Amino acid sequence: MYTYDDVDQRLVEERVAQFRDQTRRYLAKDLSEDEFRPLRLQNGLYLQRHAPMLRVAIPYGLLSSRQLRTLAHIARTYDRGYGHFSTRQNLQFNWPRLEDVPEILAELAVVQMHAIQTSGNCIRNVTTDHFAGVARDEIVDSFVWCELIRQWSALNPEFAYLPRKFKIAVNGAAADRAATFAHDIGLHALKNGAGEVGFRVIAGGGMGRTPVIGHVIREFLPWRHLLTYLEAILRLYNRYGRRDNKYKARIKILVRELTPEAFREKVEAEWLQLADGPATLSEDDVRAIEARFERPPYQVLADATVAALGACGAWMKRNVHPHKQPGYAAVSVSLKKTGVPPGDVTAAQMDAIAALADRYAFGELRVSHEQNLVFADVRQADLQDLWRELRALGLATPNIGLLTNIISCPGGDFCSLANAKSIPVAEAIQRRFDDLDYLHDIGELDLNLSGCMNSCGHHHVGHIGILGVDKHGEEWYQITIGGNQGLTRPGAPAALGQVIGPSFARDDVPGVIERLIEAYLARRESDDERFVDTVWRIGIEPFKEKVYGKRHQAQDHRRRQLAAA
Amino acid sequence: MASVIRHRTIVEDSWQPLEADPWLRVGESGLVPDFPVAGDLLVPLRLWQLRRDDLIARDGRLGLLIEGWDEPENFADALPRLQLVAIHVPQFADGRAYSLARILRQRHGYAGELRAFGDVLRDQLLYLSRCGFDSFALRDPGRAEESLAAFRELAAALRRPYAWQRAA
Ligand code: SF4
Repeated sequence: MYTYDDVDQRLVEERVAQFRDQTRRYLAKDLSEDEFRPLRLQNGLYLQRHAPMLRVAIPYGLLSSRQLRTLAHIARTYDRGYGHFSTRQNLQFNWPRLEDVPEILAELAVVQMHAIQTSGNCIRNVTTDHFAGVARDEIVDSFVWCELIRQWSALNPEFAYLPRKFKIAVNGAAADRAATFAHDIGLHALKNGAGEVGFRVIAGGGMGRTPVIGHVIREFLPWRHLLTYLEAILRLYNRYGRRDNKYKARIKILVRELTPEAFREKVEAEWLQLADGPATLSEDDVRAIEARFERPPYQVLADATVAALGACGAWMKRNVHPHKQPGYAAVSVSLKKTGVPPGDVTAAQMDAIAALADRYAFGELRVSHEQNLVFADVRQADLQDLWRELRALGLATPNIGLLTNIISCPGGDFCSLANAKSIPVAEAIQRRFDDLDYLHDIGELDLNLSGCMNSCGHHHVGHIGILGVDKHGEEWYQITIGGNQGLTRPGAPAALGQVIGPSFARDDVPGVIERLIEAYLARRESDDERFVDTVWRIGIEPFKEKVYGKRHQAQDHRRRQLAAA
Repeated sequence: MASVIRHRTIVEDSWQPLEADPWLRVGESGLVPDFPVAGDLLVPLRLWQLRRDDLIARDGRLGLLIEGWDEPENFADALPRLQLVAIHVPQFADGRAYSLARILRQRHGYAGELRAFGDVLRDQLLYLSRCGFDSFALRDPGRAEESLAAFRELAAALRRPYAWQRAA
């Protein structure tokens, strides 16, 4: 856990004072709606369909039990007793009153938290691998670099009014668990031949209306230059990104319009002007930040084989992950129980999870971009006890990495931009696949759901993606297959899903998913071949056929006839 | 005479007593060739490009009006002769002026007065000033007094211990 220094603390307090005054002036009609909008957005506050929504930053997903208790307290005091973890490792409250927001921010500041730049056209909360620091395949611990980026980007005066939002993700392991190719900037922390730390820099990825897999613009950037290089990219984007059309304003469009090669040249030229400037990092700088991270005092233990059967065995298989420290494991706390909106947690659960974190996990936890929580450092000997306690709280659903671990945005129930609801669809799918043995037999599958093209549910990179679309005022759902969030295993890079065909009414969606799964099970070559591997091997045609049946074949037939005529 | 905020104080810009605006604006289109031969003059970039030598030859101080998206390369030659660069902010949420200011200060070493004018509001003053602006013609000059408090916000940022932090 990173601990604030005096200046960090002062800054969040002064930020609260600033926003308190801005809110006061807005309520006194001194500030117009338009003038207040970017100010409130840069403090995490949206005005939504039902009520404001406040998005609290959880920098790189790292959270202490004390902070979680404060979030529980806020949920109880100012909200309706729950919160929602988003795909960007943030926590959203859906019902706070505008008048209360300065007070909520003040409560957050007490526990070294804030909502700075969690929305608006600025650099957003930096995200990373939820197994950072503990993963066996880790090359570089990403936390220090994330914190440097947080400090550099938060309240950075030059980049507060960008053409559009800007998201940075960092990954430091062999497997990409941070979807770095789907961000405005993705960074792979790695080491060169000489063992020096640096970054592979990826730019111009993103979801939304025009999904793009990011382009590698530098293979190795020595760590000293991390911030100056980011500065160069952001400055180019701030100056040349389009401001005439908000659908063309993300950096991916600039990269595309310039071409990735020309973009790279411009970045390098700009960077040459900034390199070795004041934002260059020294070893002392990095050490000073590193020193403010408290690392778990591990005991010297040996790895144990924990024999567990039945429900606990299934949980061990899915929700327990290897750890680089012998005798320890990382544990996913599933927020994907059927019937609960993905990512939602009640205040009582937050308190209970905080207590478990204190007892089993050094008082720390992480938020994953899959909208689950992670206890990163649990003794293997404690796993069964922890499982029992989690199960009692309804937080031990053994579905991490499986079909029912649905990543979903809040959709039409909460979000004013939605074309369609997403939560009831997620629930209907979970109900359809409630047979655990079947679910485990299907194996790893990422199912992502977004209520509109803004793609907060990252549907483009789901093995199966579902997108809410509007057809003459009705809610329909378009389905894609073959997407992938990033290099999660060798030979399986980030990919965008392909649309299988015309969209479906809500009630038909679970049946369609079922037919896709049947098509996969009938054709997979081994238990190791995941759904997405099969799609990549045989293409989407067999899946289309299974879903659209004769109609699809008939259409194809006609098309062939027309082509031949 | 309109008041502007300069170095965090409200001043009446009184160099040129002839006009309400001390800087006499000439030919936004750049097509008006005439300009007074004396006094403080604020000219659009196009006029500088057309009448460079005449502008240099005249008496009085010279300022340049530019847009946030103008390329510094197009007027870098003017910088050593300018006492004022005034960057137009068409809409307060247009962030281009911020980067341009930094480039002028840091890359071109421009040390004269750097003014933001146009849709300039109280809640953007702080970040504008941290990017190098030291002069502001507010959209509503009547609010200058109450706007001064903006400069005192987020003061801790200036006390950050490391150079890389202050560089942001
Ligand atoms: S994807 Fe659309 S509906 Fe879903 S949260 Fe984002 S903006 Fe709202």
